[in-house]
Amino acid sequence: MDATTVTQTAPEAVNYFRYLLDISYLIAAALFILGLKRMSSPVTARSGVVWAGWGMVLATLVTFLAPQSLGLQHAQLGTNLLLIIAAAGTGGALAWVSGKRVAMTDMPQMIALYNGMGGGAAAAIAAVELYSGEATSHGPAVAVLAVVGAFIGAVSFSGSLIAFGKLQGLIKKSFRFTGQQIINLLVLAGILVLGAGLVAGQLAGTPVVTAFFVLALVLGVTMTLPIGGADMPVVISLYNALTGLAVAFEGFVLDNAAMIIAGTVVGSAGTLLTQLMARAMNRSLGNVLFAGFGESSSAAAGTAVTGTQKSIEASDAGVAMAFAQKVIIVPGYGMAVAQAQHKVWEMSQLLIDRGVNVKFAIHPVAGRMPGHMNVLLAEAGVPYDIIADLDEINAEFETADVALIIGANDVVNPVARNDKSSPIYGMPILNADKAKNVIVIKRGQGQGFSGIENALFYLDNARMLYGDGQKAAAALIAAIKSVS
Amino acid sequence: MIDGILALYIFMLAAFTGYEVISRVPVILHTPLMSGSNFVHGIVLVGAMVALFRAESTLGQVIGTLGVFLAAGNAVGGYVVTERMLEMFKSSGNKAKSGGHH
Repeated sequence: MDATTVTQTAPEAVNYFRYLLDISYLIAAALFILGLKRMSSPVTARSGVVWAGWGMVLATLVTFLAPQSLGLQHAQLGTNLLLIIAAAGTGGALAWVSGKRVAMTDMPQMIALYNGMGGGAAAAIAAVELYSGEATSHGPAVAVLAVVGAFIGAVSFSGSLIAFGKLQGLIKKSFRFTGQQIINLLVLAGILVLGAGLVAGQLAGTPVVTAFFVLALVLGVTMTLPIGGADMPVVISLYNALTGLAVAFEGFVLDNAAMIIAGTVVGSAGTLLTQLMARAMNRSLGNVLFAGFGESSSAAAGTAVTGTQKSIEASDAGVAMAFAQKVIIVPGYGMAVAQAQHKVWEMSQLLIDRGVNVKFAIHPVAGRMPGHMNVLLAEAGVPYDIIADLDEINAEFETADVALIIGANDVVNPVARNDKSSPIYGMPILNADKAKNVIVIKRGQGQGFSGIENALFYLDNARMLYGDGQKAAAALIAAIKSVS
Repeated sequence: MIDGILALYIFMLAAFTGYEVISRVPVILHTPLMSGSNFVHGIVLVGAMVALFRAESTLGQVIGTLGVFLAAGNAVGGYVVTERMLEMFKSSGNKAKSGGHH
């Protein structure tokens, strides 16, 4: 497009700026892929994000040469340069401060927010190109990609903002009503009609483009509102993949190889990650998007659990662990809410110093998204090599003297294994009940997140240590110290 | 323009690359990796910059500015939180030199 006009007027002036831009984008794309590869192992992960970061810096800096390399010539270039510096500066600064300040417990919604911004940016690119008519004047392929990218980006933008609002506690209701799917389908139909009209050239102009974007933004909202908080990680991951795809599509429109490669890599990696997360949570993607969970929890309560809960004092529990050979700690999100992870690690270090074999067993949904609990434990200083996931640790519970449950509930409920009438039947659980002794730190005698009675608490080998997670851990530390 | 069929090749190879890179990632890294891939699509910043450079109408400039603002938030925020999370992952071996909490 712009390149052809240049070659027509100036005979074969070699555009070194264009070479510089292309080579830099190639290097950036390579750094992104290598960075992601390194991020998939805990040993190299930190360097991976730094590599990818340098790729981003390089690609951003050379893009300031875009007017020269793309042969742009118009009166607004100077103004636009100032706008770019101002917008990137404020957006970057706000994100920097918020990213540095956010608590590790709030990480999932922060990822959703940043992801939504990326989707919004992809939609904005498409909007600029669609409003100017540029996107629909280079043949049907470019037009289709521009429109589809605009749609995906806008849905990812508004959907991610809703996901953020839900996890942040700003939106508390689920907004379900009958006929919801039909309304979504009608909105989708409207988007398809307008989009097809734009591509075919039958529809054009500012009102049509605006209506298209409004409908896409509405669909993101109405799709995401009915989804429950527990399923939100899968949705965030899906929107992450979709943003990648939108970025790739707009990369085609702008003829930008770095965006095509990075966007597509994230699109496919994000899709796989979404599947892995859904599987880890025992949910299918279709279930997450089109069906509720836990909304009618009182309807199916499973077989009633009988027996009594037997309590234990912190001093006795501490001594039991101090003289154990092997202790497996099962943390749940309740531990993070009580901010007890530092105390729990301090307690673990005392046990390790006494020669006790201590391990942490992490259920995929222990945090608010798969892998979140690992981040929270890492923050407290727990080394990752004593943290095991479900598949690694489940066979080991039989050899453990003590399984210490703190802030976890449904993920250690044996009814998931043996009561077919229970709503959580079939969910993979940590077999903490197979340990010789089970100590459960719990605030009171309530039920879990799903409202299902936990049969583990009534077993003969289980003892309840009632109290706040942080105080209970402190009491255990005192008890262990008393026998040292 | 990148040729139509060439673009499809790039698309296909990049898709396989993304799949392969992630396929054996352990669960413990799911959250940071999602955050890391979130950072990588922050490359949308260069597209937003180009789109704003090209904008000649006021409407285009307004939307383009919004796009650059959002994209910069994606790139910078994605980097900061990913780096913060991954920086904390330590093994028992390198625990000693980092200090830790007491």
